[in-house]
Amino acid sequence: MKRLLLALALCAAPALADGSMPAAPYAYVQLEDPAKEVEAQALMQTIRCLQCQGQSIADSDAQIAGDLRNQIRLRIKQGEKPEAIRAWLVERYGDYVSYAPRINSLTWPLFAAPALLLGLAFFLLRRRFGSGGA
Amino acid sequence: MKPSAPRVPSKWALWLPLVLFGAFVVLVLFGLLKPAGREVKSAMIGKPLPQFSLRPATADRPGLSFADMADGKPKLLNVFASWCVPCAVEAPQLAQLRARGVEVVGVAIRDRPDELRVFLQRNGNPFTRIGADNVSAIQFAIGSSGVPESFVIDGKGTIRYQHIGDIRPEQVEIIAQKVREAGQ
Repeated sequence: MKRLLLALALCAAPALADGSMPAAPYAYVQLEDPAKEVEAQALMQTIRCLQCQGQSIADSDAQIAGDLRNQIRLRIKQGEKPEAIRAWLVERYGDYVSYAPRINSLTWPLFAAPALLLGLAFFLLRRRFGSGGA
Repeated sequence: MKPSAPRVPSKWALWLPLVLFGAFVVLVLFGLLKPAGREVKSAMIGKPLPQFSLRPATADRPGLSFADMADGKPKLLNVFASWCVPCAVEAPQLAQLRARGVEVVGVAIRDRPDELRVFLQRNGNPFTRIGADNVSAIQFAIGSSGVPESFVIDGKGTIRYQHIGDIRPEQVEIIAQKVREAGQ
């Protein structure tokens, strides 16, 4: 297993080559103000890493994710609101960058489907158990 | 099937779960065999570059700022790095564009001056200016999600076209054309 992991790491390294520069100041360092760090964490957990697209930037060790964490922490430190930062990113990368979907012409079924299914279940159960039948 | 038996599911209802399962398998196979594209396109096409000013990344080329980009001439803004393998692969194509009269400016992402110097010695230096960006700030500002990426910028500093990934030989023509269009 170890050997396999090593082999994988050796193969993956050139493909995902990153620079040898040290990480940005706030990539792996929390904000001094705990309340602001909580705000930053909540936002970072719902922003997609652009490189490792299944991960949030809070989860990812890609350098570009570290740079985005750095930028988000700095901007929250300066008093910017998390949702303003999310809007700024969506303006640049589209909805894909955010893990918190907004309701629009494309995503409304996501929100409507549970309500519809619940309604359908209610209707079917009532037909089966309600109105003194069965 | 006795007509008197209560609540015998109809034929189609019996088959429905299997059909749904089959549809699910097809969906999974489709996703496995033909995964969705992994490119994240910039939503900034048609919008101006942000105000920015990057210090020089090498000793022999000036840095890069918004004013340099909005000097009236269209340019190709190449986001690259010495540690990025495809960036070396696209170097001949950048040289070709340069030879065809396209002004190419660069932003080096998280790069060390000594490593960048070696990279440019080995692969050629088609850039008139190279700015250093150590925190990907310019990338986030223009909706770029990796290296290499190239942006056609018109003379007013507006982003006109984005090319994601290395420029392959057969793509030189389209990029030269986009730069020409940006100059009109």
